[in-house]
Amino acid sequence: MTELTEEQIQRYSRQIILPEVGGKGQRKLRQAKVLIIGAGGLGSPIALYLGAAGVGTLGLIDGDRVDLSNLQRQILHTTACVGTPKVESGQQLLAALNPDVHLRIYQEHITVANVMDIVSEYDLVLDGSDNFGTRFLVNDACFFAKKTLISGSIFRFEGQLATIKPHEGYPCYRCLYPEPPPAGLVPNCQEAGVLGVLAGTIGILQANEAIKEILQIGESLADRLLIYDALEMQFRKVARPKDPHCPLCSSSPRITTLEEHHVSCQVS
Amino acid sequence: MIKVRIPTPLRSMTGGKGEVESTGGTIQELIDNLDSSHPGLKDRLCDERGEVRRFINIYVNEEDIRFLTGKHTPLKDGDEVSIVPAIAGGSL
Repeated sequence: MTELTEEQIQRYSRQIILPEVGGKGQRKLRQAKVLIIGAGGLGSPIALYLGAAGVGTLGLIDGDRVDLSNLQRQILHTTACVGTPKVESGQQLLAALNPDVHLRIYQEHITVANVMDIVSEYDLVLDGSDNFGTRFLVNDACFFAKKTLISGSIFRFEGQLATIKPHEGYPCYRCLYPEPPPAGLVPNCQEAGVLGVLAGTIGILQANEAIKEILQIGESLADRLLIYDALEMQFRKVARPKDPHCPLCSSSPRITTLEEHHVSCQVS
Repeated sequence: MIKVRIPTPLRSMTGGKGEVESTGGTIQELIDNLDSSHPGLKDRLCDERGEVRRFINIYVNEEDIRFLTGKHTPLKDGDEVSIVPAIAGGSL
């Protein structure tokens, strides 16, 4: 690994002085390649904090354009960017924040056709998507590609966080939730609403877990689910065992290739 | 008494309450009792065969009932039960 420049040492000095990071950890961060799924409520704080921390390569995938109603929580975008693709808007802010970061942008949605090619380019995947179809697809792709996945999700005042690495013997997302809910049983995405700060809280926790995985420090969330209730101001961790009957990662899987899930966001 | 944590998506059925108290010797009995005091809750938690839906997890204290004895998992006074559905929001 090449040495850090004087400027990099100064930029990252407040974390380099942490014994758990040090110059060696900072070089690990610079070498890391992290894919962020979604440049929205969760993807925004993830991209900003990982970019600021000096993660060397960030991939950002999102097919949407910035809408005025996004700005309450998607802090990667500014008022002047309304109407521009989210990945372009994110690129501008990240380039201004930290020119060290090599940002790769994908102005498209994750699909069965593109997910394996994209995921295979990275060491770590952070899911900040807004629908079950993408979540199950990303979980399955990360399982097949043997990539660690850090999954964060939010709903109104509630958030969930888990680190997923079945390739190291831990449970996958389907061990936790075997199947997506059928259409009609999930509330309408737009009507459900979400507190902007909640997206920040969970996104930052995802970034925190990503840094821990890159540096191999602290306790991994690989066998726990963290549940956050913003109204009660309560964090709870529950056990997340490996499911011996998991349709994906068990010894007799039902799912052996990627499949599309169409889970619409309609109220029954 | 058993404390039951109600997730945000189901609080419309508990008058907005995030925690309710109920009774029951097993998860199945608890769900039936919850449904009596909060009609319709069982339909949200269980499918037409009475099985807990595959995208909803129920924890007794911190253990997932799927890895205990499912809806027959015994409960005792003072247990805390959490209902935790899959949520998908991120970009929204």
